[in-house]
Amino acid sequence: MRLIVNGKETEADATRVDALLAELEYLGKHIAVAVNYDVVPRTRWAETHLKDGDAIEILTPRQGG
Amino acid sequence: MVEFYGKKFSSRLLVGTARYPSPAIMQKAIRASGAEIVTVSVRREAAGGKIGDAFWSLIRELGVTVLPNTAGCHSVREAITTAKLARELFDTPWVKLEVIADDETLQPDAVGLVDAAGTLAKDGFEVFPYCTEDLSVAQRLVDAGCRVIMPWASPIGSGRGIINPDALKLMRARLPDVTLVVDAGLGAPSHAAEAFELGYDAVLLNTAIAKAADPVKMAEAFRRGAEAGRTAYEAGLMGPRDFASPSTPIVGTPFWHAIS
Repeated sequence: MRLIVNGKETEADATRVDALLAELEYLGKHIAVAVNYDVVPRTRWAETHLKDGDAIEILTPRQGG
Repeated sequence: MVEFYGKKFSSRLLVGTARYPSPAIMQKAIRASGAEIVTVSVRREAAGGKIGDAFWSLIRELGVTVLPNTAGCHSVREAITTAKLARELFDTPWVKLEVIADDETLQPDAVGLVDAAGTLAKDGFEVFPYCTEDLSVAQRLVDAGCRVIMPWASPIGSGRGIINPDALKLMRARLPDVTLVVDAGLGAPSHAAEAFELGYDAVLLNTAIAKAADPVKMAEAFRRGAEAGRTAYEAGLMGPRDFASPSTPIVGTPFWHAIS
C-alpha cells in the first residue's frame, strides 16, 4: 500500500496504524499519530485501518519556544 | 504566586527549550532560570522516535510543567490538529497557540488565532494564545474562552524588548482579571523587568537565554530581572513627572535666605 508518512511517499505492508508503527519501528516510542488531519489516540491504533493514499503524521516531542 | 488556569506557580518566568548549544546546557539553564513551566513542540522525526524520546527524558528529569506550542502552523486547521497531537503526546490540556501570518515577521494571524482559540477552548483546551499588543484581538480571545493572553514584546527572536509599552499598559488596565504574559522579543533581563513593572503576570522567552554566550548565567540574570521587576511592581512605582523635584530638603539649606 502506498502511504504518505510524514510527507514522504512510503510503501508499507501494514493495513492498520499499530502495524504501520511496528513496521517503521516507532512502536514503544513516545509518539502521537494523525491520519488525514485526524488525531488517532493510542487506544485506537489497533482498530484504525489505513487505505491507499492516506497521509499519516507521526510526531515526537521536540524543542520549542 | 501566579496562576494559569487554576494551577499556581511561584516562578513567573516561562522558558523555551530550543536553540541551546547542547541538551546539557539547556537543562542547566532551565534550572538556573527557576522556571517551572517550559515550552516544547511536536515535530516529525525520521529516526524512529529516538530523538524525541531522548529529548522527552531530559525534560522529564527537570520535573517541570510543559506547555506545548503550535509553532510553525499557518492555518487554523494545522494549529488545531497540532494542538490535539500535543494533547495526546504530553497529556495536557494546555497549548501555546500560534497561528503565524507571515514568515518574515512571525506575526500572528489575528483572525485565524481567534478562530482556532474558540474551537480549542470549546474542545476543553486551556489556550495560551501568542498575539500582538492589539487590545481588540486580546478581547476577542478572552471572549473565545482564553483566561491567559500572551502579547509579544516585539517579533520572535528579535531581542528588541518592549516596543509598544503604552499598548501593553492599556491591555493590563483593560484586562485586570486575565493572566497576562509577555511572550517573544525579550532580549535582556531589563526587558523582563519592564514587563513586570507594567504589571504583567509572567514572561516567556527562549532565544535571549539560549543564544547568550553563557546561557546558564543569562538564565540566572533573567531570573533576577524578573524578580526585581515584579518586586518593584508590588512595591508601587512612582509615576514619572515632567520636571525636577529635589530629593534633598530645601528647608535648612546653609546660606539660604528667604527673599521677602
